[in-house]
Amino acid sequence: MKRLVSFALAIIAVCALLAVGSSQLQQSQGATSKGTLTLYNWGDYIDPSLLKKFQKQTGYKVQVETFDSNEAMFTKIQQGGTNYDLAVPSDYMIQKMHKANLLVPLDYKRLHGFDNIDPHFRNQSFDPGNRYSVPYFWGTLGIIYNDQLVNGQTVQHWNDLWSPKLRNNIMLVDSARDMMGMALIAQGHSVNTTNVAELEQAKLKLEGLMPNVKAVVADEIKMYMAQNEAAVAVTWSGEATEMMANNSHLHYVVPTEGSNLWFDNLVIPKTAKHYKAIYAFLNFMLKPENAAQNAEYVGYATPNTPAKALLPKSIADDKQFYPDNATLDKLQVYADLGNRMVGIYNDKFLEFKMYHQ
Amino acid sequence: MKKYNTFYSVPYVLWLLLFVIAPLLLIVYQSFFDINGQLTLSNYQTYFGSGTYLRMTFNSIWYAFIITVVTLLISYPTAYWLSQTRHKQLWLLLIILPTWINLLLKAYAFIGIFSQAGAANHFFEFIGLGAQQILFTKASFIFVAAYIEIPFMILPIFNAIDEMKPSLVNASRDLGATNWQTFSKVIFPLTLNGVKAGVQAVFIPSLSLFMLTRLIGGNKVITLGTAIEEHFLVTQNWGMGSTIGVVLIVAMVVIMFVTGERRKKGGQRK
Repeated sequence: MKRLVSFALAIIAVCALLAVGSSQLQQSQGATSKGTLTLYNWGDYIDPSLLKKFQKQTGYKVQVETFDSNEAMFTKIQQGGTNYDLAVPSDYMIQKMHKANLLVPLDYKRLHGFDNIDPHFRNQSFDPGNRYSVPYFWGTLGIIYNDQLVNGQTVQHWNDLWSPKLRNNIMLVDSARDMMGMALIAQGHSVNTTNVAELEQAKLKLEGLMPNVKAVVADEIKMYMAQNEAAVAVTWSGEATEMMANNSHLHYVVPTEGSNLWFDNLVIPKTAKHYKAIYAFLNFMLKPENAAQNAEYVGYATPNTPAKALLPKSIADDKQFYPDNATLDKLQVYADLGNRMVGIYNDKFLEFKMYHQ
Repeated sequence: MKKYNTFYSVPYVLWLLLFVIAPLLLIVYQSFFDINGQLTLSNYQTYFGSGTYLRMTFNSIWYAFIITVVTLLISYPTAYWLSQTRHKQLWLLLIILPTWINLLLKAYAFIGIFSQAGAANHFFEFIGLGAQQILFTKASFIFVAAYIEIPFMILPIFNAIDEMKPSLVNASRDLGATNWQTFSKVIFPLTLNGVKAGVQAVFIPSLSLFMLTRLIGGNKVITLGTAIEEHFLVTQNWGMGSTIGVVLIVAMVVIMFVTGERRKKGGQRK
């Protein structure tokens, strides 16, 4: 019994130590001494050497904190207690954050270089007139194929995936919005449809794909495709870049009939404090040479036109990641459809996954 | 004496309140709200009214059942053999050892072994069977799930067999029982409590497996755990997720009740 008490005491002591430690850690992190900018970003989504360059030029230190999903970021900013000066949400999440009053409008008088942004990527439905967001990177949803396992010419369009030749040879990414979106586009509907009949049709269309579906997976898709586990996969351009870096037989196609266009944009959340540093950073990142350096490091497509011109030709002319204007015009951006509609998309997707051949 | 007893129960009661009772109540409470935050019974209506969720429930129970049977078939002879060996503790340690490794790591290891160019396929090619599709099949899912659950089945059975007096087996043989009779009339009934504890320890977690269904099963196997994960992380429909949780909890209570009956001692994990 004495042992039990000392054991309990030991646990309490450890807890107390941890509490002290964590509060000190938070203080050291939270101590936003004048001249520190806190950037809340996706993991490995900015070239660290740019941060050093920024500090050298302006004197502001940048502290990067990372998140791994839009929803997690939303919750953290909504709950408060954080001091993020800039965040990088995706398109639909910007709309959601705006609806929840979590964003501070941009002051265009203090913002220089916004004209560098390609008009294609400005004034999107999720943020009309770019009142709140500066495009950071963009990308698409597309088909990635292995030229050793399939003839590339036979997988250029969404409907090609339904070919019986691809039996049990396709991997899909486990994301309701994207897979339902793919079926909707294949049937000529909008990816933002709120018409339940169209969604039901899309689900039936997806169920028809089931014999070809080898697996519905998440991040592992990168590893599987690099290891020749399947001939074809449907995934995002950013993931595709990583796969192609590990396997030279992989190629990425954005179907010309349309696909999803996604954005990650810089926004100023309500928790921001250091406005001078914020605008210094935004202006710094809008400079073509910096945007180009960042795009080369991260491997995603930059919305900055002069920056794109600075990129090596092999990247800038790559139609896989910078599709031509004709395709670009067909791409659709996800809108925030509200909880109820998102629920329906997810239920349909779940029913598809439950479907057995 | 009584005073001491209540004093020592404080940590346990606190734990129970904070981490068992409170979450349970929260789940039940959440399950009565729909996605718009309205108080409603519609989640239960959806659950019991839609073929999707009922089929999913059936799937979960079916897979959990198969996993339990597979682990039991492997574990009982293993536990029996273990209790006869000389270095029991060492062998037991080797069986427990894998449980110290993170589940995700083990799953990723199996991805490597089962992939097209993995060790398993090298072996199949070597013995002349040719490369097979192993990942994303039901068999591979059951195999990996069984691998992960096996220690939890072996331990209680081993304890039960180990506590059994060898003199009872000897007596049975002396009185002319055949090996089968000794097993079915003496050994098995005496170790039944261990088997029950093992079944509980395997069947209940198997009901709500979710990560393996995606990593190894490629979402070709969908269980209730998958649906809960999706409702909490993607749809953010906590009400529906909680409803499925409540159904699972009820199912678990039923199983505890069926396999319970722990008045006699023995057979429980030490």
